[in-house]
Amino acid sequence: MIQGKSLSHSELSEVARRMRRHILKMTHKAKGGHPGGCLSATDLLDVLYMNVLRVDPQNPHWDKRDFFFLSKGHAAPALYAALCERGFFPEEELFTFREAESRLPAYPSCESTPGVDMASGSLGQGLSIANGAALAAKLKGSDQRAYVMLGDGELHEGQVWEAMLTTAHYHLDNVCAIVDYNKLQLDGRLDEVKSLGDLPGKWRAFDWNVLEIDGHDLPQIEKAFAQAQAVKLQPSVIIAHTIKGKGVSFMEDQVDWHAAAPSDAELKIALEELK
Amino acid sequence: MTKIAPRQAYGEELVRLGQENPDIVVLDADVAKASMTYLFKEKFPERFFDLGISESDIVGTGAGFAVAGKIPFINAYANFLLGNGWEQIHISVAYANQNVKIVGHNIGASSGKDGPTHLPFEDIALMRVLPGIMIVEPADAIEMRKAVRAAAQHQGPIYLRVGRLPVPLVTCEEDPFELGKARILREGQDVTIIATGAMVAKGLEAAEELASLGISAEVINLHTIKPLDEETLLRSVQKTGAVVTAEEHTILGGMGSAVAELLVEEFPVPLQRVGVKDRFAVCAPYDELHNILGLTAKAITQSVQRVIRKNRQ
Repeated sequence: MIQGKSLSHSELSEVARRMRRHILKMTHKAKGGHPGGCLSATDLLDVLYMNVLRVDPQNPHWDKRDFFFLSKGHAAPALYAALCERGFFPEEELFTFREAESRLPAYPSCESTPGVDMASGSLGQGLSIANGAALAAKLKGSDQRAYVMLGDGELHEGQVWEAMLTTAHYHLDNVCAIVDYNKLQLDGRLDEVKSLGDLPGKWRAFDWNVLEIDGHDLPQIEKAFAQAQAVKLQPSVIIAHTIKGKGVSFMEDQVDWHAAAPSDAELKIALEELK
Repeated sequence: MTKIAPRQAYGEELVRLGQENPDIVVLDADVAKASMTYLFKEKFPERFFDLGISESDIVGTGAGFAVAGKIPFINAYANFLLGNGWEQIHISVAYANQNVKIVGHNIGASSGKDGPTHLPFEDIALMRVLPGIMIVEPADAIEMRKAVRAAAQHQGPIYLRVGRLPVPLVTCEEDPFELGKARILREGQDVTIIATGAMVAKGLEAAEELASLGISAEVINLHTIKPLDEETLLRSVQKTGAVVTAEEHTILGGMGSAVAELLVEEFPVPLQRVGVKDRFAVCAPYDELHNILGLTAKAITQSVQRVIRKNRQ
């Protein structure tokens, strides 16, 4: 299945529920990972992988594929859950996450995982990669698109702003950036660590088309991807307002769940909530 | 002796490669006139991308081109590209094993009068610690052309070190060139001089001087610093029993260190490293700066006499 599957919103919602269960079980079994920032990104990755990206699970290196780069590499379990749901590997493989010989390392690795095109984990690097892939697609006369997901805390990295200039300068309308704006980072609330100020205004000032949405509203997400694709001669950024830990009552909007694995008891409660 | 600037050969060969292979793209960080990539830009403007003064971004953009199947040559001054872009090279190029050709310009004392901010003497060390990146520094313009061609054909990341000022031709068109294969330019019995880049000519000059003193020096052109051609180096050193290395780079972590690490484990012999001795440079013209920093044929000759003396003790 190369084209997106065009799942209905109720089907997408069911995939998101399964992805959240995968994420919790993976981080629980691995006794590590970043469930908070995975759960905030889940609905965005759900729509992207189910209905937007043209990729071929049977041929991950298909030369006409759309590209997705997870710049906030610590959300790897969410990416693996999406790749699994799209058919890149079987569900049982998810639970090898973070094991020494696993194809699913703690942070994405293109050398290990089918469907992953770039290593990440060292923050700030993904938008530059997307620009390069998008420029190459334009050079080939191909309609391939490059998507990249950035964390909000990740926007502290200077390279992102260098790359934002590049995308706009080359009018890369085949680049779509997604900011998972969950407003929490490792040391605390983003506004307390280092505020991003007027974030949409900053992207606009860099000549980007800005789409601001609720990152957990599936119809809004789907519409934003369609709008981004329709804009010509300008890159688009989807600033998705999200909730860290979304879907698990005791994890929602809690800094402590940035990097912490659920215990046996916590997993049980979480899975019960996501039944 | 004819002298040609390595960067001139680099820029011209890039154009020839561009004609032959439509997948080659060239990225520059606002130094196209210095790197000579403007020649490529004039010929293939649609395949030339100026990323501006953004060395971290140029590395990532190059990696993105590679993901999409292109062969990117990314260009900037070596210290800015490898310094600002090191973490991007670390993850997006080396760990991700992307087919990016990293080209560091103005290496060593190239821009001598500009002083320490513009003099890359640490770049080999920065690249040596990254798994999977090949490091190449040709000895002259003829070898530069062969190296650029070989770099394009090589599947995988590579760091190419390009000097700005004319250096003497020490190789010939018909000499074979293979990445990873050191070349013995002069055979000898008493000492092995291992040199790279502009220091190869000085190694040969030192060997002449040493011959008049009755010392027979073997001179090896180590154009590929990583991976090391261990076989050729060990065979030579097992014959001569003494080594002097010479590079336009700090002696810490560079080519001489790589050779020393090999020899101390496999065949310990007296060894001296000619290079920058853990100090910053000063503002001085190229030749004068080489004299100040001890990057000279005379320094190689003196080092040879030292290692031979040690062997006799």
